[in-house]
Amino acid sequence: MASEEHLSAIKGAKVLMVGAGGIGCELLKTLALSGFEDIHIIDMDTIEVSNLNRQFLFRQKHVGQSKAKVARDAVLRFRPHIKITPYHANVKDPEFNVDFFKQFNVVLNGLDNLDARRHVNRLCLASGVPLVESGTTGFLGQVTVHVKGKTECYECQSKPAPKTYPVCTITSTPTKFVHCIVWAKDLLFAKLFGNKNQENDLNVRSTDASSSSEHSEDVFERRAAEDVEQYGRRIYDHVFGYNIEVALRNEETWKNRNKPRPVYSKDVLPPKPVGQNGNKDKASNTGDPSSVSAMSSLGLKNPQDLWSLRENSEVFLEALRLFFSKREKEIGQLGFDKDDQLAVEFVTSAANIRAASFGIPLHSLFEAKGIAGNIVHAVATTNAIIAGLIVLEAIKVLQNDVKSYRMTYCLEHPSRKMLLMPVEPFEPNKSCYVCSETPLTLEINTHRSKLRDFVDKIVKEKLGMSLPLIMHGVALLYEVGDDLEEDEVANYAANLDKVLSELPSPVTGGTILTVEDLQQELKCSINIKHREEFDEEKEPDGMVLSGWTPALAAEKTKTLDNGPSSSNASQTVPLESEDNDEIEIILKDPEILAAGKKRKSSDVSVAVDPEIFSVTGAMLTKKKVEEDDSNNDIVMVDGKLDLNKKKRVQ
Amino acid sequence: FSKLQNWDSGGIYKQTREYNFSYFDELMHKRKSRIHYSSAKFLQLFCHLRMGTEGEQLTEQETAIYDRQIRVWGVDAQRRLSKSNVFVSGLRGTSVEFCKNIVLAGVGSLTLNDDRLVTEDLLFANFLTPPAENDFRGKSVAELCCDSLKDFNPMVSVSVEKGALSIFDADFFQKFDVVVVNCCSLLTKKSVNAKCRKLPKRVAFYSVECRDSCGEIFVDLQNYSYCKKKNEETIECKLHYPSFEEAIAVPWRSLPKRMSKLYYAMRVIERFEELEGRNPGETSVDDLPNVQKLRKELCEAHSLNESQIPDSLLRRLIASISEFPPVCAIVGGILGQEVIKAISGKGDPLKNFFFFDAMDGKGIIEDISNGKS
Repeated sequence: MASEEHLSAIKGAKVLMVGAGGIGCELLKTLALSGFEDIHIIDMDTIEVSNLNRQFLFRQKHVGQSKAKVARDAVLRFRPHIKITPYHANVKDPEFNVDFFKQFNVVLNGLDNLDARRHVNRLCLASGVPLVESGTTGFLGQVTVHVKGKTECYECQSKPAPKTYPVCTITSTPTKFVHCIVWAKDLLFAKLFGNKNQENDLNVRSTDASSSSEHSEDVFERRAAEDVEQYGRRIYDHVFGYNIEVALRNEETWKNRNKPRPVYSKDVLPPKPVGQNGNKDKASNTGDPSSVSAMSSLGLKNPQDLWSLRENSEVFLEALRLFFSKREKEIGQLGFDKDDQLAVEFVTSAANIRAASFGIPLHSLFEAKGIAGNIVHAVATTNAIIAGLIVLEAIKVLQNDVKSYRMTYCLEHPSRKMLLMPVEPFEPNKSCYVCSETPLTLEINTHRSKLRDFVDKIVKEKLGMSLPLIMHGVALLYEVGDDLEEDEVANYAANLDKVLSELPSPVTGGTILTVEDLQQELKCSINIKHREEFDEEKEPDGMVLSGWTPALAAEKTKTLDNGPSSSNASQTVPLESEDNDEIEIILKDPEILAAGKKRKSSDVSVAVDPEIFSVTGAMLTKKKVEEDDSNNDIVMVDGKLDLNKKKRVQ
Repeated sequence: FSKLQNWDSGGIYKQTREYNFSYFDELMHKRKSRIHYSSAKFLQLFCHLRMGTEGEQLTEQETAIYDRQIRVWGVDAQRRLSKSNVFVSGLRGTSVEFCKNIVLAGVGSLTLNDDRLVTEDLLFANFLTPPAENDFRGKSVAELCCDSLKDFNPMVSVSVEKGALSIFDADFFQKFDVVVVNCCSLLTKKSVNAKCRKLPKRVAFYSVECRDSCGEIFVDLQNYSYCKKKNEETIECKLHYPSFEEAIAVPWRSLPKRMSKLYYAMRVIERFEELEGRNPGETSVDDLPNVQKLRKELCEAHSLNESQIPDSLLRRLIASISEFPPVCAIVGGILGQEVIKAISGKGDPLKNFFFFDAMDGKGIIEDISNGKS
């Protein structure tokens, strides 16, 4: 098998790799060893220290350089005669258009985000080039094959939405550490150091508005000539003390909840500001502002240590002081970045103080950083395995061996004795708006929602388009591009601020909009349905997109109720058989396979970061849902997501 | 004193690091007076423990580089990894993949054994970087690998041990926590495994072999206990592994019906090579008739239907002259994962065979041991 037929298919092939990270390094190596001779590789990232434990083509000395280029050079050292073309660029750049994709025999993804995956999926569909998609998290991984018209596309199955939390859980009633992190990062950090014009819910929920609202306008502003230590303590007392007291006045809220405890700086810290300014400044005076750290000026060394409430309070005040004394220029435009040490210190300490106030267990900086930065767990072995599996699928694709295509799951715990579990790919979902031109339906208040809301929340966020064009019949409502005339730009900008029903060509209930992305060559129709009211907590976008149903939703629900059975089937899956490999036992979906005949699906732990590891089948969805149930959390579900999940949530 | 020895062999450094030096001094003193232990051995042990305490915390560099994997297996596991010593003999595609994986993961030391001289062909079979100007004259495969692997992770100590695998005695293996043999004859496999089992401390033994698009891993962790969480509770699991010799002696008819065909096929070929005095992998399609004859004999002896070992599979396994890089990556990845599990004590280790065949894409675990586990 490893021989001639393979080699002939491999030799002439021109392949595109998207991503030169964890999977990418392994993949490029395995492709080169397997005999591939013409490989193009796109990656916009540069090398970081935390890549070195698994991205073995990179060394310490390469930190800061282009991944695609360094990876190419490293592989050419052991395969000098092959052609590797690197692009230090974003795959969403316009140069990588359908024509660019058409030159390849197969596209291999080793990406780390949903957005780019969807983009590549569309370009592959538009250019008719097969796609082998992959993802890993810790010991888990998967490889899938997407060939237009033969197997489902990457977007045929719903992807679990990134988890979001109801606003009031974050602002008033946190029950888990992650809620405190979201509060510290998205509200407090953004309020203090981010863009002042951004909407921020930090103070809006205090019911007793009369007394605080006017105050709160400037409470976060540093007063003229206010000492930074005093300012820090004032912020501290306001958010951890005063705001909690305000919240406690609303008795209704705490009927069935544990009451939080207000925390004031004077109760935790000695009355005088900690430390001597002179010393601290000397300690941190060296080097560039990015190396400023509250931990080092306080002598805290191990990021794995759990800090006491007092230590957290010291870190909080010190980090805030350092921001104002060392990085003042950045204030007002900072966004949270997991690689910004001081930002991580501030968020960790703030989250911990809030957690202490609400009786939630505290966490170390290391853990907090992982949660705040959505850091993906990654090990070299899984990436190596997945890269091997990608190459196997790529070879089948090149040989057009459709019958042998498999999606393969790499599991942490064996399921039916398997650590590597192949499953036959699904057929395209006939109601997929991406590969089947199925119209969508949008419920929206056409008298209140502006075109801008529609563009941001639906076209960009939900449909994942980057260069959209919106038409009502033949009338152009909106368009993005470099080649627009000035008056067109002005016209579209004006349209963005109009409510739908007042557009030059009014959009009302019954209107059919056409939305198109010229780069992705994706076009879909959206039926507009007017709706007056939306539930603020459950439908925070103020609009609901639907019409795109996962093919297996109905079956899945049945399965959950009746338990797995191998009769009436919709998918075929090869399993071990007595004497011959051709017998196929028929199952409904991979969930059953994963679960085994009697086992609970929790035996297969596939609960992972949806961004990175978006399992195509139902395995993940179900696991996710179970988790959510047990935590009593409300998950805001995208309008387009599958019914099964929706039903189970709330 | 036995307790201390347990720590030593079990790799439970977590406990040792909680005591400081003076505590150990005192402890040593007390114990010494009670048990007459040779002072040399004593010193050796003390040094070991001392080293254990020195590595109490990961360095800043380690924390930065291993950040993403510490998030998978925790600091304790990382600490245990960084104190482990691994020996690998036979450097082919799969074992080189394995070496790369554990060097990246950050084991303490890796010792390589493969005296074959580097040739153009051998160089072509892996991803290790040739020396400047392609001057590999007189270099052994192990030396070449050593240079490249050191470069992958400067925090791991990589070295070469010359000599034929079969002549190393049990004492030699005492130095290691893990022994991996790749592409090794049946006889040597059995004897190295037996030597590892003789030692007072546990030396985990792994054998790995890839032919064509198929791979096999064998694991012997002897008696292995570990903790795992089930429904919030921590339960202790105990596993008893048979030696390679014991495992392959299990009568075929007593094995489950759905046993991976690859298991039988590998035994036939292994036996064939032994009878013919061939090196592992020294086969060709021309051997098929004789291999088929042997299959018949073995199947009759074991009362197994010959259809369990299809011709097509045998042909693939003996005809292939080179390894298949994607399969090396997959099997080398699984092996790396297993060794990391065994060293760190995290996760269910596989017991005791793993098979991968690119034809069906399944990676299957088989438990082949006499009686219960």
